[in-house]
Amino acid sequence: MLTLEEKKQAVIEDFSLYDEWLDKYEYLIELGKSLEAYPEDKKTEDRLIKGCQSRVWLDYILQDGKIYFQADSDAIITKGIISLLIGVYSGRTPEEIAGDDFAFIEKIGLKENLSPTRANGLVSMIDTLRTVAENAR
Amino acid sequence: MNVKEIRSQFPILATQTYGKPLVYLDNAASSQRPVQVIQEWDRLAQTANANIHRAVHYLAGEATDAYEGTRDFVKDYLHASAREEIVFTSGATASINLVAFSFGEAFVHEGDEIIVSMAEHHSNIVPWQMLCQRKKAVLKVLDIQENGVLRVEQLEELISHRTRIVAISHISNVLGIVNPVREMVTVCHKKGVPVLVDGAQGIVHSRVDVQELDCDFYAFSGHKIFAATGTGVLYGKKKWLDAMPPYMGGGEMIETVRFSGTTYAPLPEKFEAGTQNFNAIPTLVPALCFAKSCMEDTETIDNQKNITEYIYNHLANHPLITLYGRPEHLEDKIPLFSFAVKGAHHEDLALILDKMGIALRSGQMCAEPLMDRLGVTGLLRASFAPYNTLEEAEYFVKALEKAINMLI
Repeated sequence: MLTLEEKKQAVIEDFSLYDEWLDKYEYLIELGKSLEAYPEDKKTEDRLIKGCQSRVWLDYILQDGKIYFQADSDAIITKGIISLLIGVYSGRTPEEIAGDDFAFIEKIGLKENLSPTRANGLVSMIDTLRTVAENAR
Repeated sequence: MNVKEIRSQFPILATQTYGKPLVYLDNAASSQRPVQVIQEWDRLAQTANANIHRAVHYLAGEATDAYEGTRDFVKDYLHASAREEIVFTSGATASINLVAFSFGEAFVHEGDEIIVSMAEHHSNIVPWQMLCQRKKAVLKVLDIQENGVLRVEQLEELISHRTRIVAISHISNVLGIVNPVREMVTVCHKKGVPVLVDGAQGIVHSRVDVQELDCDFYAFSGHKIFAATGTGVLYGKKKWLDAMPPYMGGGEMIETVRFSGTTYAPLPEKFEAGTQNFNAIPTLVPALCFAKSCMEDTETIDNQKNITEYIYNHLANHPLITLYGRPEHLEDKIPLFSFAVKGAHHEDLALILDKMGIALRSGQMCAEPLMDRLGVTGLLRASFAPYNTLEEAEYFVKALEKAINMLI
């Protein structure tokens, strides 16, 4: 498994392959489509991330000191975004996640290229990942 | 008027978004402004900025003339019978809230009923709900048919001896269907019930004559009809406005103020407390002139009709698309299209189309009860204005196809 820093670098490099934002969306859509299936019975109110316009569910387990995330959304680009996030942060220790600055999101220009409501949704997703990690410490 | 000539009056339409020409199809939310509106706004800010009505100095006179001149203009535009029947507000929402409060204070009591339709904007639902809560009154709902058309035939039986007012939209902001308001007013008046018409979309797409409609109130916003934001109109029949208490207290709306008691100004000042949006209200004049010229211009009428037919036929016959708001006759449909694409989320589509230069609305469009009634969590909406071209409509169709293919 790549280290957190290596994984973030890989995502930045993947994103830089595409000049056009439409192509970056296609990449996110592919990420969304390839996300591991999320159990229907876990699509509950308490697993919904607040602040997103489309619905985003996040679930996790703590195993051997590491957090493993699972997520889903009814909108595919949002699903791609959460997929990208959990692809980077799933399987890390609570300390790693809570201590991270999430700055790679800025580096790939994702936040600036989302509509304000989506950008808020992204902030909510990051906050939720952080809170989960903080609570697991 | 050629559509190119119309476009040349709108500076913002030259915008490039992400290197592509802007295709602005969110007109039902807010229209763009022609240069004559922007210039009037600018002119007033530069030459007539002073508080209206009270001061005796030159600038105040200029500002007051512009503001009160607008009232005369709007009165003629709506064919109201008196200038006192025109109240300026910040928008359709403020106009409806004013009526819901002041009419409610005077005429609605415990156990009374208010009727709205299923296809209302939140602005024509929530103020009435708040009134009902305040007065322990009951809100009743006129349903729609499966094609989105109001079940007007059920209106008569929905009205009871406790019904105090019926509030309906002239044209739904989601379905784009022109409601038979004149007919509905007749039904209501036969039972002695007044009618408020939410004209936020209606004023943009039809020449409104309030005496011919015979509605008791008509509300609309300036920003949807090419004027400055923060401008709105409430037309109300004098007999109702006279009988209603003020909505807000403050400067301008008073006659005398004593700690022992205050008397109120006559109409329309009674309903215009505080400093009004006096630099923006006069933009209604060039804005309404422009709207009128479009509605009377055969080339523009034809262009809008062609766009409506083209988009309607495409969306209605698309195997993956469900189009909502499908009246029997296309004449009852304005160029406003709300639809869902099977297997593709409305937000994803809007996000991708944005990167192709197309501005659309996605989501619930301030009509959650209607979304629930239609059984959807949200829709995508394209709404056209007189400055939109058939080429833009064709580009939208192509871009939509590309976006769908990306998603499914």
